[in-house]
Amino acid sequence: MKLLIKNGILVTPEGETKADLLIKDGKISKIAEQIQENCKIIDVSGKHVLPGLIDIHVHLREPGFESKEDIQSGSAAAVKGGVTQVCCMPNTNPVCDNAVVVNYILNRAKEVNLCKVHPIGSITKGEQGETLSDIGKMKAAGAVALSDDGKSVMNSYIMRLAMEYANGFGLKCLCHCEDANLADGGVVNEGFNSTVTGLKGSPRAAEDIMIAREIALSESLDIPVHICHVSTCSGVEIIRSAKARGVKVTAETCPHYFILTDDIITSFDTFTKVNPPLRERRDVEEIIRGLQDGTLDCIVTDHAPHSLKDKQAEYDLAAFGISGLETSLALGYTYLVKTGKLTLSALVEKMSAAPAKILGLEGGELKVGAPADITVADFAKSYVIDGGKFVSKGKNTPFNGFCVNGVVEYTIVDGEIKYCNK
Amino acid sequence: MLKSKDLLGLQYLSAEEISEILEGAVAAKERLKDKNKCSYDLKGKTLVTLFYENSTRTRTSFELAGKYSGANEVNISVATSSVQKGETLVDTGRTLDSLKVDFIAIRHPMAGAPKLLAENVKASVINGGDGMHEHPTQALLDMFTLKEHYGKIAGLKVAILGDIKHSRVALSNLFGLKKLGAEVYMYAPGTMIPKEMDKLGAHIAKSREEAIDGADAVMGLRIQLERMNGGLFPSLGEYAKFYGVNDGLLKYAKPGAVVLHPGPVNRGVELTPEVIDGNSSLINEQVTNGLAVRISVLKLLAAYRENNL
Repeated sequence: MKLLIKNGILVTPEGETKADLLIKDGKISKIAEQIQENCKIIDVSGKHVLPGLIDIHVHLREPGFESKEDIQSGSAAAVKGGVTQVCCMPNTNPVCDNAVVVNYILNRAKEVNLCKVHPIGSITKGEQGETLSDIGKMKAAGAVALSDDGKSVMNSYIMRLAMEYANGFGLKCLCHCEDANLADGGVVNEGFNSTVTGLKGSPRAAEDIMIAREIALSESLDIPVHICHVSTCSGVEIIRSAKARGVKVTAETCPHYFILTDDIITSFDTFTKVNPPLRERRDVEEIIRGLQDGTLDCIVTDHAPHSLKDKQAEYDLAAFGISGLETSLALGYTYLVKTGKLTLSALVEKMSAAPAKILGLEGGELKVGAPADITVADFAKSYVIDGGKFVSKGKNTPFNGFCVNGVVEYTIVDGEIKYCNK
Repeated sequence: MLKSKDLLGLQYLSAEEISEILEGAVAAKERLKDKNKCSYDLKGKTLVTLFYENSTRTRTSFELAGKYSGANEVNISVATSSVQKGETLVDTGRTLDSLKVDFIAIRHPMAGAPKLLAENVKASVINGGDGMHEHPTQALLDMFTLKEHYGKIAGLKVAILGDIKHSRVALSNLFGLKKLGAEVYMYAPGTMIPKEMDKLGAHIAKSREEAIDGADAVMGLRIQLERMNGGLFPSLGEYAKFYGVNDGLLKYAKPGAVVLHPGPVNRGVELTPEVIDGNSSLINEQVTNGLAVRISVLKLLAAYRENNL
């Protein structure tokens, strides 16, 4: 099986080059200025050819919450968004805290056969923060990392044990940072807008304290740790100074944290409800600086699809989360590249090579011999985001009506076209 | 004329709209002094009070405001515990719409619930208090009381003392009073001051004396016992000692200054009995004024419905 991608602009860490790319048997077999080959050809003149995007923080909801999303719909959303690999969080029902659920997810993903799906196991049984999950067995079954996403392991001693034990299996803890006592059930950022709306605020400190704790544990144990969805300016600063001292910490953020402020919560629109909450202008600016100077290694979506029923409720009762897989590349391009904050190469690196490196996944680069996971995008094309048109079951996006640049034309996984924009 | 079918909060009203409600309340209050206090202004209309929190005075006030205006009136109580498992608020609203209800006065423990309801029903929604957000008719009655007493609101200094953070009364008053040109000073324990209240034009005082100094009106807010158990202050005794208002403190206010409280009062906690029952207290008058203000709101919303829907 061969596939020739002709006349594209290849995006690599070094920059952008015009070249043809030949795929053979699921691998990239040749990259050259001109390739002639008697096989299926896709002409992508003027369009960009990127290493397939990798999103290490998504919720596919299966098993247990199939009304919100399942592996089929979530994978379809991924490839529509140009994402070739996803790591799915364990807050399913049952929680992914054992090898059986890991196997189930991998088998379902194989049946669906769209993007690559890598399960993340929970750190503690049932995500209860009390006893360790079957970490070794999950690793053996194919889990690529550990997380109690949605909450922090509040007991620092248990967290320490988890990091030490997981490190023995080469698994990293991906830490949702939120001091539950301090957050005290807050649903929005604590500040001017929580005061005006009367919605309960959660202070930056609730996130920062846990970021600092994970870094303190990582530093004292000399074990790498990864910080999930950083949303605060102060959190960026804590990570920046830790990195400067050589702590093995990596960190991610999401499009909504580098684009939106909490000004939009005053509408009480529950699509703006997300955890951690949308913060303020100075946070957005610092998140962008963190992306620029490398404090924040990668961009993920925290894709959190919900059914309308879970969102059409009082703000306090509505579910947290944003459906993000189908908009991340366009939002990244529009708000980081078009605005001159990041080069296209840097954006692509944060959405492919960097996350691959953090979790030791294959992929994230366009080079001969690598798996042919490729995203072709047309950044000249613009469109208006409409969550109603998502293929994800989760139509919950606060970006409705945003005009963005960047349409995914092809998503190729192991040399097979999994998505084509017709 | 009001510009919306609903009354969700004073942050959403213009100064003109607020003044119009207060003016309407003057006439409504005159009528209440009459032997026959009832009008037929809302004959054929229906008001439902939909309360997801316990309340006696606000609910009774809405109920009688409807009845004194000639409207049909029905009360619905929903236990808070059933909010999460029972019928959704939107479904309840649609049911009330189908029952041809014209006005829904809602109280709900969650901020924004009246707005969610309003967006999903044809009826006019009146916010009777939503979480820590707003309680517009309470603030309107406070403002009416001040206007009745002083003949104006612009230029008055109003001191609000108590649990500002959890008080929708404080927030609604701040919006309303600022829009009509009053100055608002606030004082509370650090655990009961919300973030960036000063950006809304409130002066956050450093002492009771500073808050009350030269004030035309002193408003106490109810302290809820569960806040103490939640650790926001150590004891009622300590609260009364450092944050309560007594006669001695009232001396810092302007001579003739008035005392307000949305009720029900914890005697000896936020206000001493001498203050509550003293000559400067308008607390009982506030209750009558609440009726007048709510009659005025219903009438103006009815006019909006007549003209726009």
